[in-house]
Amino acid sequence: MVLDCPPLMPTLLEVQELKTTFTTAAGLVRAVDGVSWEVNEGETVALVGESGCGKSVSALSIMRLVAPPTGRIESGRILYKGRDLLALTEPEMQRVRGREIAMVFQEPMTSLNPVLTIGRQLTEGLEIHMHMDPPAARVRAIELLGMVGIPDPERRLAQYPHQFSGGMRQRMMIAMALACNPSLILADEPTTALDVTIQAQILELMQSLSRKLGVAMLIITHNLGVVARYADRVNVMYAGRIIERASAEELYANPRHPYTLGLLRSVPRLDEPRRARLDPIEGQPPDLTRLPQGCSFTPRCAFKVRRCDEQAPELAAAGPGGHVSACWESTRLTKQDAA
Amino acid sequence: MPPEPDVKQPLLEVKGLVKHFHVGGGILGSPGGTVRAIDGIDFTIRRGETLGLVGESGCGKTTTGRCILRLEQPTGGRIVFEGRDITALGEVELRSVRRRMQVIFQDPYSSLNPRMSIGEILAEPLQVHGIVKDKAKRADRVRELLEQVGLLPRHAERYPHQLSGGQRQRVGIARALAMEPSLIICDEPVSALDVSIQAQIINLLEDLQARYHLTYLFIAHDLSVVRHISDRVAVMYLGKMVELADRQALYENPLHPYTRALLSAVPIPDPRMEARRERMVLRGEVPSPLNPPTGCVFHPRCPVAVGRCSAEIPPLREIKPGHWAACHLA
Repeated sequence: MVLDCPPLMPTLLEVQELKTTFTTAAGLVRAVDGVSWEVNEGETVALVGESGCGKSVSALSIMRLVAPPTGRIESGRILYKGRDLLALTEPEMQRVRGREIAMVFQEPMTSLNPVLTIGRQLTEGLEIHMHMDPPAARVRAIELLGMVGIPDPERRLAQYPHQFSGGMRQRMMIAMALACNPSLILADEPTTALDVTIQAQILELMQSLSRKLGVAMLIITHNLGVVARYADRVNVMYAGRIIERASAEELYANPRHPYTLGLLRSVPRLDEPRRARLDPIEGQPPDLTRLPQGCSFTPRCAFKVRRCDEQAPELAAAGPGGHVSACWESTRLTKQDAA
Repeated sequence: MPPEPDVKQPLLEVKGLVKHFHVGGGILGSPGGTVRAIDGIDFTIRRGETLGLVGESGCGKTTTGRCILRLEQPTGGRIVFEGRDITALGEVELRSVRRRMQVIFQDPYSSLNPRMSIGEILAEPLQVHGIVKDKAKRADRVRELLEQVGLLPRHAERYPHQLSGGQRQRVGIARALAMEPSLIICDEPVSALDVSIQAQIINLLEDLQARYHLTYLFIAHDLSVVRHISDRVAVMYLGKMVELADRQALYENPLHPYTRALLSAVPIPDPRMEARRERMVLRGEVPSPLNPPTGCVFHPRCPVAVGRCSAEIPPLREIKPGHWAACHLA
């Protein structure tokens, strides 16, 4: 399936038909149900969707951190610089984690070690992955803290995570992610736990560092507003599948899936006149153990036709620049329709 | 525009409210200190209106709600509800006040008893407060409450874990409604919900307000949501109220630099708009309420601060009719 335009930059990460499942008491959960997407070198790509859509599990699958025995990567390929990560041995994979692909999590407090100093947490990775001696690692740690805008880095090295504010801890996480010069950073809701004024600071920082160092980024978020400014391309996920993909500009101007349209319409916006009433997406989020046979969004969809119940649509061309949508009615959809 | 509510008879008056917490003095002999969670705030809520209360974490907005509910004992100031000073009421007297004043929490999961069915959760306050004494009538009332919040009678048999986040928040709202309150304090009622569900709950809150003439104190950090639902908006920073105005005035003509910074930080889901927008990224972080800055608490981060700002506390002044701001330069 070749729908996207040829990329300007070489492909860095290519996820092909990835399927990840979890065995739960309620039944088999198809958390990621056959998704394909890629990130080019130096590019910022967003994976957007609500809780349970499979966006975080996608990132964990790339890092091979899906916990057995409940979680299992069933099938698919994850090509990083042409190598299939799913075929690597565990020691080989350990060299990829942190050194090639790094992660930034939503809640920095739970991903930092509370009993190790900030300095030690930074130098540990440098000594293991980069084979630096302790003095060199310390110099690099100071440089990293300065790079992410932590004032007085020498003094800060001796402190513990609890002595940092939420914003400072997230800066620290970014410093740790950058430590081994990775080519790709997976950022899972990197600003969701932060206050709005700090969110802006962190996102500006991530964007400037990614440009300066040429690091590609995958931003995982539930907030369409956050990625508008920072993503080159956006993948929208629903119930384990990608239902729409486009350049950020195209997606927001010209959504071609009823779910994307619904998400954009349901949030009040400061740049628009206040509406008397919000337009929610009706119904409840899907039960992943009991997905309908056809399109998973059908029960909540305002545009559904008979075919939607019978057959799930595949991603198909819906606009310029590799814009694809998995909707039978995508051509019927215009922004005015839903207004 | 709805008619202006009677300003002379506010439903709730908060006067000079102060709440300090004492911390520290631990086993390592640290000296301890005083967290100035709320440092003297005044506002009123008119009957039938929604007052939005916004600010970042630690600004004191949740503590304000908890003081009004008397879940915290204020350190100073007065709270007058329906014409009655409730600041010093005892537990027994508070019980009748709490029927008139209910709360909806952010996380419906942790505020619903997991071992009780939805029907039991809704029937319990009706029984405890003696609102509906007859058991069969209670079941009718539960059914009615479920219907009012957009749930079905069969949901009464379910347990909280069997419902989605949005449905659980509907139960939280039904439980508040059961008391037939005049004031509902909504503490981040939609921020834990998925975006597609948030709008459902906001519409529901608005419908219920119109139907039962409810008054809301809507505490939230999401400025877009607050603009949608509020008639007036108050902005807090580090235990102080920095601005208070009608919705339109506050969003179209914010007078305090902190309000302006907050508004400019809100992301807009439109890359073209975002590219054109000027963003005011604040330097630094919110200082500790253990040791707030001198003068105006915002001055270390303020892009327009002058010498006077670090020396003199700016009082909340009425700059234009109904538009209050605590800034020397406003």
